[in-house]
Amino acid sequence: MPDVIKADGSVRQDNWVVVPRPEEGESLAIPSDQPALIPADLWLAGYGHFTGNDQIGVWFDSHDEPEIIADKVNELPLIGVNFPRFVDGRGYSIARLLRERFGYRNELRAIGDVLLDQLQFMKRCGFDSYVLRADKDISQAAKCLNFFSQGYQAATDTDLPLFRRRA
Amino acid sequence: MYVYDEHDRQMAAERVAQFRDQTRRALAGELSEEEFLPLRLQNGLYVQRLAPMLRICVPYGMLRSDQLRRLARITRDYDKGYAHFTTRQNVQLNWPALEDVPDILAELAEVEMHANQTSGNCIRNTTTDQFSGVQADEITDPRPYCEIIRQWSTFHPEFAFLPRKFKVAVNASEKTDRAAIRIHDIGLQMVRNEAGELGFRVHVGGGLGRTPMVGPVIREFLPELDLLTYLEAVLRVYNRYGRRDNKFKARIKILVKALTPEGFAEKVEAEWAHIKDSPTRLTPEAIERIKGFFTEPPYEALENASDLLARQRFENRGFDQWLSHNVDVHKKPGYAIVSLTLKKTGTPPGDVTDRQLEQIADLADEYSFGEVRVTHQQNVVLADVRQDRLLELWQAITPMGFGTANLNTLTDIICCPGGDYCALANAKSIPVAEAIQRRFDDLDYLYDLGNIDLNISGCMNACGHHHVGNIGVLGVDKKGEEFYQVSLGGSSHHDADIGKILGPSFAREDMPDVIAKIIDVYVDHRTEEEEFLDTYRRVGIKPFKERVYA
Ligand code: HEM
Ligand code: SF4
Repeated sequence: MPDVIKADGSVRQDNWVVVPRPEEGESLAIPSDQPALIPADLWLAGYGHFTGNDQIGVWFDSHDEPEIIADKVNELPLIGVNFPRFVDGRGYSIARLLRERFGYRNELRAIGDVLLDQLQFMKRCGFDSYVLRADKDISQAAKCLNFFSQGYQAATDTDLPLFRRRA
Repeated sequence: MYVYDEHDRQMAAERVAQFRDQTRRALAGELSEEEFLPLRLQNGLYVQRLAPMLRICVPYGMLRSDQLRRLARITRDYDKGYAHFTTRQNVQLNWPALEDVPDILAELAEVEMHANQTSGNCIRNTTTDQFSGVQADEITDPRPYCEIIRQWSTFHPEFAFLPRKFKVAVNASEKTDRAAIRIHDIGLQMVRNEAGELGFRVHVGGGLGRTPMVGPVIREFLPELDLLTYLEAVLRVYNRYGRRDNKFKARIKILVKALTPEGFAEKVEAEWAHIKDSPTRLTPEAIERIKGFFTEPPYEALENASDLLARQRFENRGFDQWLSHNVDVHKKPGYAIVSLTLKKTGTPPGDVTDRQLEQIADLADEYSFGEVRVTHQQNVVLADVRQDRLLELWQAITPMGFGTANLNTLTDIICCPGGDYCALANAKSIPVAEAIQRRFDDLDYLYDLGNIDLNISGCMNACGHHHVGNIGVLGVDKKGEEFYQVSLGGSSHHDADIGKILGPSFAREDMPDVIAKIIDVYVDHRTEEEEFLDTYRRVGIKPFKERVYA
């Protein structure tokens, strides 16, 4: 079971699995005994089938468009956003859109190439759980989530950019 | 000048602590090289041919004398006693040791300096006109807006991992563009609309490098309060849709071209519609607060010292030449803007020693309210000098090597570090600059030639802005040998343009002759009022080709 870091730096375990996009001709392999994140477009394609199932969430890859589920986000218990490589910064924009534009209120999880030094950016953009890449030292996560005690900008975490706090 | 408050100080200190921790983990092997790379780049540390190189940020080119003295001390304590002023108004050290960098950053933070986001795929230092606030023809002082952009872009959580680097420049002068805004990812031209309101004309998608482009206008008027939300919309569109599969196609200019400027503008407007009224929207009070840092120094009520200067020029030809070329008109009577040139023949353009940094600091204190500005032409400006002290200043700087009266002439060369320092170089650039400076050492002849931008880069990356030089020189590699390609007709000003390649490239030893022939063609064809670029635009490239390849 993966360790999941929460925004406050605590660690808990859960058994959500990320179901990869099936190859051509194959079907989605959803486990029967575990909650699962499936590709968002496939969830939408099977929409009626999955509604009300709190064991099913979705994940977006970095090139996906979160707009496709704009009006349905709060039907999902968990959304994952994949960082295929940590230098691919699209996931930050996806997260802010889900939170600030579509009003997503449930858990938003960073998955994939998630490293320590990006955690605070992720938190500021609205992620509230993080599955660290397996080789990284989870005991450093709390520190890395809080390198900075404040930021200059408004983001998902605050409506008050520094210029509004100073005024 | 902007002064940190407790918030800025706290974040600066936290940044240093963070990088200390990251450096420790990198040295302990907990961070791989690939993982450490963007972290160190965003702290200014670039690993080079000979040693790491540290690029220190000089926000929009402004430096105080205590900061110059600190830089001098750092070059002495941690480096080889010299530094380099870059074409983006920053300062670069060429030889710091990796493990010393956190200490250097801590020393910088003590004087309100940093190296944040001076490299890497993030929003870089915002640059502007070195004559901001002291010239008569500007719409308003652009520096408060640069500072507002600096704060917004610093550690922006959404835009730290863009497809590629991102540079913003602001210009507020109506007649000139000393900030080269049209070759930036975003170029902001300050304007007033018909109602007299302040705002920006927004250019997006300029840039040099492999695919040089002049940035098209994507919005004619952006009200000042909307500055940050609009930038956020541009950046978000770029972050989401800019190419990440090919480093050479990742700059925003490629996206703008692919979507067309109109298509790109539409996407930005659509994004902006959602966030226009978000908390990121500026307030008049926020702008006023920052403007409060850029007030005028305590000028004295003076008359222009025209008679005195006329007498002094008459008695001293060297002073006369310097006054004509390196001194500009100030908005206040009795004051003048002085450019200290760092282009002495035999010294790499933009290089200064620790001692010279201290001399510049002393000059700033003595003559210019303790501040200087760095220019993208790699010179340093004393913006507020009393006219009746110009002669004294000129006498002081001449032995220091800052008095070469060649500003904006052929030998005021912009030049990248090239093969002497840079691992990416195809060819050396500094020796070419030097050979040209030696060939054209007659100041009267240079003055007669007028304003000519000669820009040299050691490779396609175009750090020396060769595409926008009236004469551009680019180092190329031909079967392992260093050659130089020449282009003509570029400009980085209001009439920005990318130069055209003259023809096959030349060996290094031929370069002074090639430049001399180009100049001869200009001299043969020019009319009385024409500058080099005017003549080129009128007669075209053909006569130059014929003469050079004859
Ligand atoms: C010493 C080693 C240096 C290296 C390895 C280096 C590397 C690069 C690279 C790879 C680019 C191209 C980026 C792109 O096309 O997206 C670039 C652009 C640039 N560099 Fe450097 N650089 C160095 C030093 C400098 C220095 C000292 C200056 C200032 C004098 C400078 C100023 C610039 C500028 C202004 C550009 C922007 C051109 C544009 O707008 O595309 N660089 N540099
Ligand atoms: S233009 Fe090329 S050679 Fe010159 S500094 Fe830039 S990367 Fe190096």
